Amino acid sequence: MQKNLFIRIFNFYRYGFRNMSSWGKQVWIVILVKLFIMFAILKLFFFPDLLKKNFNTDAQRSDYVLEQLTK
Amino acid sequence: MLENIDLSLVNWSRGQFALTAIYHWFFVPLTLGLSFIVAFMETIYVKTGDPVWKKITHFWMTLFGINFAIGVATGIILEFEFGTNWSQYSWFVGDIFGAPLAVEGIMAFFMESTFIAVMFFGWNKVSKRFHLLSTWLVALGANLSALWILVANGWMQSPLGMQFNPETARNEMANFWEVLFSPTAVNKFLHTISSGFVLGSIFVIGIAAWFLLKKRDILFAKRSILVGAVFGLLASIYLVFTGDSSTREIVHSQPMKFASLEGLYHGQEGAGLVAIGVMSTTGSDPENENIKDFALRIEFPNLLSYMAYGNWNAFVPGVVDLVNGNPEQGIMSAREKMRRGRIVIEDLRALKEAKKRSDITTYETLKARFYDDEYKDQYFSYFGYGYLDDEMRLIPNVPLTFYSFHVMVLLGFYFVLFFVLTLIFLYRNTIEHRRWFLKVALFTIPLPYIASQAGWLVAEVGRQPWVIQDLMPTMAAVSNIDASAVQVTFWLFAAVFTALAIAEVKIMTRQIKLGPKEEGGH
Repeated sequence: MQKNLFIRIFNFYRYGFRNMSSWGKQVWIVILVKLFIMFAILKLFFFPDLLKKNFNTDAQRSDYVLEQLTK
Repeated sequence: MLENIDLSLVNWSRGQFALTAIYHWFFVPLTLGLSFIVAFMETIYVKTGDPVWKKITHFWMTLFGINFAIGVATGIILEFEFGTNWSQYSWFVGDIFGAPLAVEGIMAFFMESTFIAVMFFGWNKVSKRFHLLSTWLVALGANLSALWILVANGWMQSPLGMQFNPETARNEMANFWEVLFSPTAVNKFLHTISSGFVLGSIFVIGIAAWFLLKKRDILFAKRSILVGAVFGLLASIYLVFTGDSSTREIVHSQPMKFASLEGLYHGQEGAGLVAIGVMSTTGSDPENENIKDFALRIEFPNLLSYMAYGNWNAFVPGVVDLVNGNPEQGIMSAREKMRRGRIVIEDLRALKEAKKRSDITTYETLKARFYDDEYKDQYFSYFGYGYLDDEMRLIPNVPLTFYSFHVMVLLGFYFVLFFVLTLIFLYRNTIEHRRWFLKVALFTIPLPYIASQAGWLVAEVGRQPWVIQDLMPTMAAVSNIDASAVQVTFWLFAAVFTALAIAEVKIMTRQIKLGPKEEGGH
C-alpha cells in the first residue's frame, strides 16, 4: 500500500511534466536557468558566507564580530 | 567609531540590497493577491459547476503560475547578500532572523512541491474538492510565507523579545510570541498582504478591461472584473485602515521616520497633516543645510496630532526635536543617546579585554550588566547611537520619504475610488461601453506596483541610518569587503533580474493574447 502511494505520486508528477503546456515548459526553462545562475555562479563565486568561510568555530566568529563592533 | 568604514562600500551594498529587494517585490504582491482571487474563482466554479467559471479559473491560474515560477527563489538572493555583504548584521541578529526564515523556507518548500503541483497537474487527477483545497492552501501558504519574512523585517524596525548575549555578540530569542506578535510585525504583515490583494485585483480588472476593449470573451472579462472589484474594494478599504494603524505605530517605535514621512522638521502642538506639499530644494535653516522644509504645502490643521495621539492639540515631535532633544516634551537629545551608546560599546570592549586576560571577576560583572533590565532600558537600547559621529546622520532622506509616503497614500485612496467606480459600472451593466474607463483600468495596472514600491521606500529609507532600529546602524552592519566586488554583483543582478522581468512580461503577454480556453478535466 505504501509503495503503491509513492508510485501514484511519482506517476502524478511524471504525467504532469509530460503533458505540460507550452507556457509551463517555458517557465521551467526560466526556473532552471535562474537556479543555475543563482546557485552555480552567484552563490559559488560571488556570495560566500564570509563568517563561515573565514572561521571554523562559532567562538571565532563571535570574537571577530566583537572585534569589529568595538574597534 | 567606524572611522575607517568605506562609505562607497556601504552605499553600493545598500544599493544592491535595494535593487534585489525591489525586483523581488515586483513578483511577490501579485502572487499574494492573485492566489486568493484564483481560489475565489475556483470556489464559485465548484459551487456552481458553471464551465465559464472553470475557464476563468484556468486563465488566471496560468498567469499566477507564470508569475510564481519566475519570481520563485528571487528572495534567496537577499539571503546570499546577508552572508556576504552584511555578515556582521547576520551574526548580530542571531536566531531571531534565522528562526522565521527557516519556518518560511520549510513552509515554502512543502507548499511549492505539493499543493502547487496539485493545482497545475491535478485538474483531472484529483477530486474537485481536493483540487480546490490545494488552491486555497497555496493562497494561504504564500501569504503565510510572507508573514515570516515580515516578522523578521518587523523586528529590524522595532526590536523586542530578545536578549543580547555579549559573549557571542548575538541577539537571542527571549520570547518568540513577542517577536511574532509585535505591533510592528502585525501591522506590517496586514498592510503588506492587503496591498498584494489590491494589486492582484487591479491586475485582474486591468487585463479583463483589455479583453472588453478588444470586444473578446465578454462574459469571462465581466465575471473576472466582478471578482476583482469586490475583493479589491474590501482589500483597499482594509488597506487604508492597516496603513493608518501602521503609521500610528511608527509614531512610537520610529518617531524620526514618522517626522520624515510627514516632512515635519519642527515639532508642534496641534500639528497639521500635509495633504500635498513641495519640499524646498534649498536650505531653509541657516544653521543646518539638511533642514529644507516646505516651499509649498496644503494641510489639514491639527489633524496630524489627532491621527498620531488621538488629541487635536498633542505635541508631535519634528526632526529637529529628535536631534536636539526637547526637555519640555521629555525627548532625549541625540548627543545623550550617543553618549549612552558609547558607554555600552566601552563595556563590550572591556568585557572582550577581560576575557583575553582571563579576568573572570571583571568579565562576569560586565556580562551581568547586559542582563540587567535597567541597563538594557537606559543604555543598551541606545547601543547603535554609539557608532554615530555626527547626530545629523540620524536624519534620513526626508524628501524621498515624504514623497514616497504621499504617493502611496494618494494612490491608496485612488484605488478605493477605482473599485467603487468599477462596481457601479458593472452594476449598471455599462462597463463594456465606457471605453475611457476601460483604458483607465488598463493603465491603472502599474500604479499598485508603484504604490507598493513607494511603501517599501518609506519603510526602508525612512528608518535610515538604522539597519536595526537604535541598535545597529547600516555602516556597522556591512562586511569589510571590496566595494568593487559589490559593484560587479550589483550589475550582474541588474542584468539577471531585468532578464527575468522581460521573460515574465513576454510569457504573460503571450498567454493573455491567447485568452481563456476550454480545458479538459473536471
